Parts: sequence; structure tokens; C-alpha cells
Amino acid sequence: MIAFIVTACAAFLMYLILTAGSGTIGFWSLSELVMGTLLALLTGLVARKSLCRSESYRLLSPVRLLLLLVYVPVPFFIELTKANLDVAYRVITMNIRPGIVRVHSGLKTDFGIFMLANSITLTPGTLSVGIDEETNDLFIHNINVGVGDEKKKIIESTELFSLVNLPAWIRRIAE
Amino acid sequence: MTVIEIIVYICLAIGVVFNTLGVIGLLRFPDLYTRMHATTKATTFGSIFTSLAVIVYALYLFLTVNDSQYLTLAIHAFLAVACLVFTNAVSAHAIARAAHRSGIMPSPAVVDRLAEAKL
Repeated sequence: MIAFIVTACAAFLMYLILTAGSGTIGFWSLSELVMGTLLALLTGLVARKSLCRSESYRLLSPVRLLLLLVYVPVPFFIELTKANLDVAYRVITMNIRPGIVRVHSGLKTDFGIFMLANSITLTPGTLSVGIDEETNDLFIHNINVGVGDEKKKIIESTELFSLVNLPAWIRRIAE
Repeated sequence: MTVIEIIVYICLAIGVVFNTLGVIGLLRFPDLYTRMHATTKATTFGSIFTSLAVIVYALYLFLTVNDSQYLTLAIHAFLAVACLVFTNAVSAHAIARAAHRSGIMPSPAVVDRLAEAKL
């Protein structure tokens, strides 16, 4: 039941966002609202099993959603900017030292690993290549492996980010 | 030129510069993995800024002309950015993993823990 409600609400919200500016009730017309409700209920019926597969509703807590909304435009965007300046510098100078290293994530949930892997792909010179599903370690292709890091068996995920501690943010949001 | 136009031009300039750097990186880097760095990061950042220019200009028109089609334009551009950020990261991971599994090793590399782990 809760899966149905969550899926229907998410679908309705998406419909409202996509049709904003169609009429006069708020930003929507009456026909869009009725059609959106019907389609949201239908989507909830059809897709509730595949969308809420993990059956953990931790992310429904408003604090976590708020943190997620803050996370993307502020700490994540800072690291994204730094990553791009770094890649721009390496494109121009070709000063690279590539290698694949094992990174200890310390996260347990699927969503946490997903967020960390995506954040790593879009931030400083790192690209997630593989996951060890038993220990939840990530394999990261680093464009500039620090001198000495190639001898370490495993690297902490906090060492990848220099300005903001993104793994701590992700732990607060997802776990 | 109004302030809004200057902001739009600056956003467009940043976006185009980073997209260009992505293309140059794609041509200059030696192997698949280093090329993925250029194509994922630089093009994501560049596309965020070109879309930001669209969003800023559409919101400006919405507030001055007060025609709701510009609000729709801004929201759709924002959704496009959100989808782009997610799909870029996920598809980069998929391509890199597929390449490693099919035997394309990083050719200049100081270390390769994934090949040692044998997953």
C-alpha cells in the first residue's frame, strides 16, 4: 500500500512539473489535473513493485529529502566545479598518471553506493569502474594517482575529495 | 545590453568553453578511461551552464512578459539538466565497466586493482 502511494505521488508530482503553465488553477488547467490524477493512479498500480523494490522508506523522511536538495547545488556543485578546472588543466597540459585503485566506501545501502559512485564519476579526476559487491568497495579510475597511492591496498573514500567531505554527506542522506 | 543578457552570455561562454575542452580531451587523451574523464565531466559542466543560460533567460521573460510558456520552457530545461547529470554518470560507469570486462585494460596505468581483484 505504501509503495502504491509513494509511486502515485511521485508520478503526480512529475506530471505537475511537466505541465506547469497550462492553465489558471495555480499554474495548471483543470483537464491536466484530472488527467494527471488518473495517470498517477495507473502508474502507481503498474510500477509500484519495480519502483519501490528495496522496501526501505528511509528516504521519505523530510530531513533526508531536504539534505538531498541542499547536497546537489552546494557541496556537490563545488566539487563539480573543481573537477572541471582540474580536467581542463589536464586536457591542456597532458600531465596525467592514470590507474585503477580500490576505494573503501564504508556505505551499506544500495542507494548510498549509487550516490557515491555517481558523485565520484562527476568529481575530481575519478571515474567509478567496478564494485566489489561483497565488501561494497568501489574500483575507481583515477586520472592522477597520488605518488605512493599505487602501493596502498585500499584508499579511504574521503581522500578523493579535497574541499568538501562528500561521503559524510551521503552517509547522512542515505543511511 | 541589460544585466540579464550579460549573465546569459557569461553562462553560454562558460558552457561552450568546457564543452570544447571535453572535445579536445576526447582527441588528446591516450586510452578509453582517460577519455571518459573528458567526456563525462567537461560535457556535464558545459551543458549545465548552457541550460542555465536558457533557464535564466526564460525566467526573465516569464517575469517581464508574464506569458506562462516561458515558465514551461524554464522547467523543462531544468529537468533536462537533472536527467543529463544522472544519465551521464550512470552511462559512464556502464561503458567503463563493460570495457574493463571485455578486456580493454587502461594502457598507461601505474596500478590496476580491478584486474588484480578478478571480479
